[in-house]
Amino acid sequence: MDWLNVLLQGVLIGGLYAIFAAGLSLMFGVMRLVNVAHGDFIVLAAYLALVVTQSLGIGPLMALVIVVPVMAVLGYVLQRVLLNRSLGEDILPPLLVTFGLSVIIQNGLLELFTPDSRKLGAGAIETASLDMGGGLSVGVLPLAQFAVACLVIVALQLLFYRTALGRAFRATSDDPATAQLVGLDNDHVFALATALAFALIGLGGIFLAVRSNFDPSLGPSRLLFGFEAVIIGGLGNLWGTLIGGIILGVAQSIGAKLDPGWQTLAGHVAFMIVLAIRPQGLLPKVQA
Amino acid sequence: MTHQMRTVVATSTSRIAAVLLGLVAIGLVFAPDFCDRQTLHLLAEIYAYICLATLWNLLAGYAGLVSVGQQAYVGLGGYILFAAALHLGVSPLWAIPVAGAFGALIALPAAALLFRLRGAYFAIGSWVLAEIMRLVAAQVSTLGGGSGTSLPASIVLAVGSTRQVRDNLFYWCALALLVLVISASYSLLRSRLGLALRAVGDNEMAARSNGIRVLGLKLAVYVGVGALTSMTGAMIFLQRLRISPDAAFNVNDWTAIVIFMAVIGGIGRLEGPLLGVLIFFGMRQWLADYGTLYLMLLGALAVVVMITAPRGLYGKILERWPMELAPIRMRVEKS
Repeated sequence: MDWLNVLLQGVLIGGLYAIFAAGLSLMFGVMRLVNVAHGDFIVLAAYLALVVTQSLGIGPLMALVIVVPVMAVLGYVLQRVLLNRSLGEDILPPLLVTFGLSVIIQNGLLELFTPDSRKLGAGAIETASLDMGGGLSVGVLPLAQFAVACLVIVALQLLFYRTALGRAFRATSDDPATAQLVGLDNDHVFALATALAFALIGLGGIFLAVRSNFDPSLGPSRLLFGFEAVIIGGLGNLWGTLIGGIILGVAQSIGAKLDPGWQTLAGHVAFMIVLAIRPQGLLPKVQA
Repeated sequence: MTHQMRTVVATSTSRIAAVLLGLVAIGLVFAPDFCDRQTLHLLAEIYAYICLATLWNLLAGYAGLVSVGQQAYVGLGGYILFAAALHLGVSPLWAIPVAGAFGALIALPAAALLFRLRGAYFAIGSWVLAEIMRLVAAQVSTLGGGSGTSLPASIVLAVGSTRQVRDNLFYWCALALLVLVISASYSLLRSRLGLALRAVGDNEMAARSNGIRVLGLKLAVYVGVGALTSMTGAMIFLQRLRISPDAAFNVNDWTAIVIFMAVIGGIGRLEGPLLGVLIFFGMRQWLADYGTLYLMLLGALAVVVMITAPRGLYGKILERWPMELAPIRMRVEKS
């Protein structure tokens, strides 16, 4: 029963990793941009949620209504003002620009909020759990987060393959020059993709904040978790991203069960194993 | 009528620059005679950063392997030095080349895995590798686990009986390593391999169709840079006499700052990183009282330079005053 519990916890945390990964994957998919500051923006959103809940006296759920749109606007502006100018043949400029942002955010948060770790209280739901029978119980909060992660993946899937915006995303991704010829404004489309990715960052940030302690240095590891989930699942496959997140979560929780020091290490090793035996990821790229 | 033609690399400016550089290098050998302890330490730190920035530039600017995980090799080198000195009784100075050999040895399987990732994904993958090494180092209890370890007095005393002797030795080692790294990269770039490397940098497809074995070339550069980065790491932590996983595999210290230096100075030119390192140390001394402000400013400066002048400040200088201080291209001249 112990091990079943370990597996279950791993699967549930995998949902959160899938949310981290979806934003990363979205930006890469549409404009070939790897956002090195992805994890730092997640932590930034977590702090934003902390400030919003404390200053307005509202709960984390209400904070979502503020944090998610704020992050989306930030993403849109960031893409238009800075990131669009870094895009091109060369992969170095976008990488360097987001690396610079990462260092600025990390140290900025450190100056503003000190290195102490924080947590966002979520009230009664934090300790509520469902009895699954046989001594197995799951927290309501992790379960709710996992359900939201699945919904997010479904919503993204629908958006990508059923809406005009999704078509615009895929068109600019396939061939930016031709997309422009048929009347798409690439700069705007890219900015919308980043806005959407940043909305996911906002969501992930709040989920992170209520789930565990966070501090300004946490960003890079969240970036790596998201990245690993993307690669394990297979680039360009949203369901793969969820499966990648789950595999990573399970590997981490098995590692943690064996020795607390092995939690993160086990996840990284699982990633390297997938890279060694199936570098294209577990699921194939979706062909539209 | 026909002219006798010949190919040359040197220019008159570069000859003067080479002589000046030689004189400066000789002058630096005697720095312990007229510098205090602190200045020596600062100089050694600057040399280490020039090494790291030059090596990263070789990797990203020439071989197209943009890595954000070079802290893997800095930390590995440091840990190999401590392990060799603490458990095998190797003298710390001799442990530096040992660290280099290990760096190359680890770089081979690392490349086998990481080369499966393309472009930006290679970058993040290399970071994962560094994290794995950091977490593994934290598990090795004989090297202090997560809190790290120090070189005991007996080993330190064996290097040199007084502090001054040791400081001078460490300083000369750092200088020797700098000369090794600079001359190795310069001769690489001027060699046949260097020509192939630049061809790959310009257009990988065209280089491949001209018979260049792109993969082998990239592998060679990755392994060579891994070895020299490990030696630099060993040097850095020998100087500190103390190592811990968080310090050894620190992404900000050994990669972010290094990349910013290289980008601000100018990637794809040997002289660029040198300029970037000097700007960094200038900013750090100047803003010493403001905590991490210099780091944020350095990051912001790197972003601005990347957007407005992708060839860096040295590239800007060259636009204004064309010169060849360290030429690597051949030109045809009348003889």
